[in-house]
Amino acid sequence: MDLTLRVWRQSGPGDKGRFEEYPAPGIASHMSFLEMLDIVNERLTLAGVEPIAFDHDCREGICGTCGLMIDGRPHGPWEGTATCQLHMREYHDGDTITIEPWRAKGFPHIKDLVVDRRAFDRIVEAGGYITVSAGSAPDANLIPIPKEAAEYAMDAAACIGCGACVAACPNGAAQLFVAAKYSHLSLLPQGQPERWSRAEAMVDTMEHYFGSCSNHGECEAACPKNISLDFIALLNRDYIRAKWKNRRLAGQS
Amino acid sequence: MTTTRQPITRRRFWFFEFYRSAVGKKWVMAVTGLILIGYLLAHMVGNLKMYLSPEAINAYGESLRDLGGHLVPRTHLLWIMRIGLVVATYFHLHSATTLTLLNRRSRPDKYDERHYAAANYASRTMIWGGVIIAAFVVFHLADLTWGWGGAEFVRGMPYENMVASFSRLPVALFYIIANLLLGVHLYHGAWSLFQSIGINNPRFNEWRRWFAYGISAVIVIGNISFPIAVQAGIVG
Repeated sequence: MDLTLRVWRQSGPGDKGRFEEYPAPGIASHMSFLEMLDIVNERLTLAGVEPIAFDHDCREGICGTCGLMIDGRPHGPWEGTATCQLHMREYHDGDTITIEPWRAKGFPHIKDLVVDRRAFDRIVEAGGYITVSAGSAPDANLIPIPKEAAEYAMDAAACIGCGACVAACPNGAAQLFVAAKYSHLSLLPQGQPERWSRAEAMVDTMEHYFGSCSNHGECEAACPKNISLDFIALLNRDYIRAKWKNRRLAGQS
Repeated sequence: MTTTRQPITRRRFWFFEFYRSAVGKKWVMAVTGLILIGYLLAHMVGNLKMYLSPEAINAYGESLRDLGGHLVPRTHLLWIMRIGLVVATYFHLHSATTLTLLNRRSRPDKYDERHYAAANYASRTMIWGGVIIAAFVVFHLADLTWGWGGAEFVRGMPYENMVASFSRLPVALFYIIANLLLGVHLYHGAWSLFQSIGINNPRFNEWRRWFAYGISAVIVIGNISFPIAVQAGIVG
């Protein structure tokens, strides 16, 4: 099929940026979206044009590196998939596809479709960890955990940190990412010792970079891992409780 | 911006510390919203006495001043409630304004193209709906509490004042439109407040939506029935 790409080009943070149109003829329907971009880039290189910079790594939906705003939807039109999992069979001959980078104050622009998502690292550094005793790995299932709790924590742990929630949020908020990174630890016994300091530290760090949640639900709809808004409620509740909690009683559930 | 930053340190009086955070502001917005919803419900139910008789609603108005009976001086309890409402309204508006400004700053560059998948009309018009509702409340107070609305106004005669005000078609229409906007505002707010406070349980999450539908429907239908009844000649 023959497509037209409308791509955001911006050489760096100082550049104003603009859309440029590139014809993309002869695209096969079984290609992935990123393979299509690779082919367009190869042709641009041969034509002496600087190829389009975009982030990608595993190309199987688990690393969270790729992330494009495709026709106004983070990771494109498919539900519960990352950009790399989107395939060209979605498109028809003659389509024009608009591709933009994530846009948020917390994600400063680097080049073309690449943004700096290190704010996420700062949030995880602030509290997205647990303290464990060093040494050999403990036996599996040493700590009993209710099945429902384990599964719910796993749902949160599915977060790949791609930033689609921030990109999707009309407020440029990162609440879904932070809620997922907070919850997958705080729902489990191993996450309890730092639970209250984690809630405070992660939220306070988040608010350095991102907007506030007003419960639109766009993040949940955009999330390639279908992470639920329920985790945001948990994060909000625990942040409020952290302000009141008598930390001397923090050892009691 | 990518150099390591320390979390915001908050060392003020606990309430200001809490209120400085966006999550804290959303909690305050939810709690004050709940207070205002409670007031709206009571206000609407009280005004239904208009359908009983002019004397019933006028006596109801008078009894509000006598709240607390002989235990407190006259109108004191009413004033405490009024001050509570003013404080709740202030914090509701203040948190909404500061959070909206924060959110605008958080997306300095707009997308050229954006398709919303979940955000609805209600959630996206909270701030402007809120501004219109606030303007309406000022008009409403001027009209039926202070008597500056232009209609014939007699203090202590709510029935006659209401009929005089709603007999004017533009005023009746303004009341109806403002209340429909209020319904849209409540539809998002009455659901959203559960998320902001962190009340989330699969056993009743479905019920939170119904609560929002129910609250908005009951308050809006009750409120717009008054100008409609006056215009239709059912009350008057």
